[in-house]
Amino acid sequence: MKTIYLDNNATTAVAPEVVDAMLPCLREFYGNPSSMYGPARQVAHRLEEARARVADLLGVSPAEIIFTSCGTESDSTAIWAALRANPDKRHFITSRVEHPAVKNLGEYLSRNGYRVTFMPVDSRGRPDLDFFYDHLSDDTALVSLMWANNETGTLFPVEEVARQVKERGIVFHTDAVQAVGKIPIRMADSAIDMLALSGHKLHAPKGVGALYVRKGTKFSPFMIGGHQESGRRGGTENVASVVGLGRAAALAADHMEAENTRVRQLRDKLETELLRRIPNAMINGDPEHRLPNTTNISFEYIEGESILLMMDELGICASSGSACTSGSLEPSHVLRAMGVPFTAAHGSVRFSLSVYNTEAEIDYVIEKLPAVIARLRDMSPFWQQVQTG
Amino acid sequence: MWEYTDKVKEHFLNPRNVGVIEDADGVGEVGSLACGDALKLTFKLDENERIKDVKFQTFGCASAIASSSALTELLKGKSLAEAEQVTNDDIANYLGGLPREKMHCSVMGQEALEKAIACYRGVPVEEKEGEIVCECFGVTDVEIRRALTDHHLATVEDVTNFIKAGGGCGNCHERIEKLIDEALGRERAPVPKPRKMTNIRKLRLIEETLEREIQPALKKDGGDIELVDVDGNRVLVSLRGACSGCSAAQVTLREFVEKKLREFVVPELVVEEVCE
Repeated sequence: MKTIYLDNNATTAVAPEVVDAMLPCLREFYGNPSSMYGPARQVAHRLEEARARVADLLGVSPAEIIFTSCGTESDSTAIWAALRANPDKRHFITSRVEHPAVKNLGEYLSRNGYRVTFMPVDSRGRPDLDFFYDHLSDDTALVSLMWANNETGTLFPVEEVARQVKERGIVFHTDAVQAVGKIPIRMADSAIDMLALSGHKLHAPKGVGALYVRKGTKFSPFMIGGHQESGRRGGTENVASVVGLGRAAALAADHMEAENTRVRQLRDKLETELLRRIPNAMINGDPEHRLPNTTNISFEYIEGESILLMMDELGICASSGSACTSGSLEPSHVLRAMGVPFTAAHGSVRFSLSVYNTEAEIDYVIEKLPAVIARLRDMSPFWQQVQTG
Repeated sequence: MWEYTDKVKEHFLNPRNVGVIEDADGVGEVGSLACGDALKLTFKLDENERIKDVKFQTFGCASAIASSSALTELLKGKSLAEAEQVTNDDIANYLGGLPREKMHCSVMGQEALEKAIACYRGVPVEEKEGEIVCECFGVTDVEIRRALTDHHLATVEDVTNFIKAGGGCGNCHERIEKLIDEALGRERAPVPKPRKMTNIRKLRLIEETLEREIQPALKKDGGDIELVDVDGNRVLVSLRGACSGCSAAQVTLREFVEKKLREFVVPELVVEEVCE
């Protein structure tokens, strides 16, 4: 059975070109990039080439890029760096729909001496900016807002917010893990101070990420050790993966147009056709300001895990915003913050595409999914209640 | 994804006896849309009071559907007396086991069965025995005690996995812990209550209660509360973060903050919000 992979916000396939770029670094180019002799210098050269490619994707200078082990490390590094650089300020603002990398760190900080404000969102996941601006204070050290939401694809106006924040002398960080590679990002004139990205969301392998730190931003390292990354992150670089990330960044730049035309059209087709064929289905998120590859659809009166497992039988991979874990079936914090009603939140499915998806795959999902939904609804006591009024 | 046995998968993909018996002898419904799973069980008896036909409708995850299907297979041909002996463990065993986090799915089957039999016997669906501990899922102390002894549970997490209690807001975790201690014969050191509360002690207790019992819950929702002053039995507070300006803030103050303070400090306290 062919696999139809529509879970690219969870992770992506490593691009063949990326594998090709990485293999020599696992074979002949094994030297430590910090060493002095020729073979090691070749490794260092590749590392710097990768840095330049990642910098190009963001429109920044290579010196502003620090390689890390993942998106979470990049987020943690940025947040701790900003707090340490401003020891007199004890306030941190973020949103209620952040990835756990930021949300759980925020909760940790609120238990450990910081005042933390979580900005609410509306029913489409759009930020409550008035609330946000009202809560900025002289005590605010840092603002961290995600660029694109991983579950719904909703985009926050981070550039606009960053400008307002910067005027007040507050550091602005964005978790752009889902945005990088999917939408054009030009940081040259941006007011954003720090930006986190992750390799495996853009067809590089897992275990590598990067953090952009604007020149002149006060910084203190999170990983303390050797002088690697200009003293900003100790530890020998994961050379092969970093080189893979560099190749992936160049590919992402090449694919940017397709991502925002062909992929967007496929996503729109999937969404439109599913909503046309399946009653009581609705989109979660902001249909206007959204990643081109993501759609999050709720199918009322049935449950997400059941939908995923039945799709798995058809070779279709997606994910759900509802996790039936311990005891209670808990809708995701993102859908809860948006106030999605229980009838819909439990049956939410996220489809996230990539440039490697084809129209035939989308057609297959459009053809197969209505029967899966109908089958589960036939089993659901609530669906019958709705049908009979 | 969960590791399900082949039998769970098979019953999920090909569930037996889906539907509703229109002229059923017994009907049992449990669960709700809010708590994420629900089961409607209907059965028909033959002339010898044996279960001739049984059908289910389930809203829930794969193991909830498989548990319901397994239950109907277990019930077919059984007398009511035999059916009454079917437990959630029988359902789980029939399926070759369920992940621990999913045991509540089989418990839901057992509960629907009890209700359907009570319905047939014309026993009015009895008021739940005991006192509700978990408000979110309506679980009583009697049910929790039973689960503790039946399944040898030792932690709040276990209790949530099996009967959902404590899986919602979390306000009942402390009471569940007490029930666990009772069941295990443990005793926690009793808190000595001073005969007369001095003002300093009252203030300290108010501060402690705010910090330990109230702030963590509010912070979970992005809010916070600050103690401004204590004047006799008037506790003056100011709401922060998401709480300030929240339309439900007054309810929170009365129903949660004041109740907690009265419970942990003295019952005479009155909480008032002050504007800064």
